[in-house]
Amino acid sequence: MRKNNSVLLSTPYIVWMVVFTLIPLGVVGYYALTDPATGEFSLRNLRELGMYLPVLWQSVAYSLVSAFICLLLGYPVAYYIAHTSEVAQKFLYMLVMLPMCMSFLLRTLAWVGLLQDTGLINQLLGLVGIGPLRLIRTPGAVVLGMVYNYLPYMILPLYSTIVKIDGRLIEAAEDLGCNGLQVFSRVVLPLSAPGILSGITMVFVPAVSTFYISQKLGGTDTILIGDVIERQFKQGNNPNLGAALSLVLMLLVFVCTGIMNRFGEGGDSKGGVIV
Amino acid sequence: MKKANRILTALIFVFLYIPMAVLIIASFNTGKNLSHFDGFTLRQYVRLFQDDSLLRLLGNSLVLSVLASFIATVFGTVASVGIHSLNPRMRKLAMTLTDIPMTNPDIVTGISLSLLFVFVGSKMLGRRDSLTFWTLLIAHITFNLPYVILNVMPKLAQQDAALRDAAMDLGCTPLQSFFKVTLYEIMPGIVSGAIMAFTMSLDDFVISYFVSGMDFVPLPVEIYSYTKKPIAPKVYAMFTLLFLLIFLLMVTMNLMQLRSERKKVKGRAL
Repeated sequence: MRKNNSVLLSTPYIVWMVVFTLIPLGVVGYYALTDPATGEFSLRNLRELGMYLPVLWQSVAYSLVSAFICLLLGYPVAYYIAHTSEVAQKFLYMLVMLPMCMSFLLRTLAWVGLLQDTGLINQLLGLVGIGPLRLIRTPGAVVLGMVYNYLPYMILPLYSTIVKIDGRLIEAAEDLGCNGLQVFSRVVLPLSAPGILSGITMVFVPAVSTFYISQKLGGTDTILIGDVIERQFKQGNNPNLGAALSLVLMLLVFVCTGIMNRFGEGGDSKGGVIV
Repeated sequence: MKKANRILTALIFVFLYIPMAVLIIASFNTGKNLSHFDGFTLRQYVRLFQDDSLLRLLGNSLVLSVLASFIATVFGTVASVGIHSLNPRMRKLAMTLTDIPMTNPDIVTGISLSLLFVFVGSKMLGRRDSLTFWTLLIAHITFNLPYVILNVMPKLAQQDAALRDAAMDLGCTPLQSFFKVTLYEIMPGIVSGAIMAFTMSLDDFVISYFVSGMDFVPLPVEIYSYTKKPIAPKVYAMFTLLFLLIFLLMVTMNLMQLRSERKKVKGRAL
């Protein structure tokens, strides 16, 4: 009797989530399959999708590169934080969290001030006789914006897996004759695989769908799928095409995170063998 | 090796904080340009408080995020208790539903909700303005709920069932045993879920951008509109004050945590 009562508590939640996550996706599908002019069933939007494939691949390439750079930069930081004193760990963790709580729009805007042709970096370069270089409206600027905005999303999961690695395993590896590099590649790195995978996912998903970063820091040749979708809705072009593109983006993200999870399971079982 | 790592870490923190330093310095600038410091002034701070249009938008954001995270916390905690007692298959279904807004890119969540609201509002109810404060609130509750569920569920799994049974043996009704035992045990999860939901809500731009109407604009959506018009320097003053506020809040929370942990250690030593 009591069991049945508490089961009922989940019903409103399940109804809410069906109404506000599943049904909206159904509505997106409905818009994707209707003609913008006549409102009748049509495959026109789906046929137009092919045109946007290059933009889609470009978005994937930018976000993968950014996720990889985030991993390269974030790993040493997470490792360093995990191996300092407990008080320092708390403080540094807070310093990584803090930027995530501040407006990402304004922080990205600050990069415009740093990168533009008369910006701070070019002023500094000018002092030593270089430049002015064209920094803004380049692919590099977009990647920089992504790395800057999503680096904390990489550091935090990495830190929480690295800090849990049992120090005795490292000692055991050393006792068994591993040098520093071997300890890292055979023990520390495999054990931090779950953090690496979740970090990559947490950087990749917002990066592949961003539109603000590419609008502010990119140029006409760095248009991403998020920009295209945003324009279809907000500049009144074609919500139906936008809906179709959103479905493609969603599918892409679900496939990518699915692959990541599969990898994660493989990594875990391997880790088990090592331990 | 350790030293190289230390230098790299320091450099990355510089990288993370330079843009914020630029904004904070800009708040004291007499000029309007982010990249040129003309002279020192506090005028932007005076302006921020004289003309309260920005503060009103900040107030909007606060009202929205407090309301959304509070509702999501209560709703989500109740739901977690329900999901916890579901059979494994139904529980998996509920958790899959929870994962959808977590995995979906924000832009897709925003667009799907906005299309739903417009579809129901204008096509079915014939309203002209289908995007209002209420649709914004529903959207925020929806993306806040998973944060609460994912923080509370692990605590429910960890709780000691014997304690609950003991409470009931001692004469508590199931409801009483929930409030006297379970709630106390899962409180850390509820609090961290609520804090996460609140910050996500306060900071959200992408979803709000698609589901907010004309009647109620949260701060980030207004800041986005500065892409088209020049940014008012008093925005930098507000950024600086918020930065200080959040920094102090985080430091106090850390200090309080450290102190309570030390007390625990001392207690154990005794």
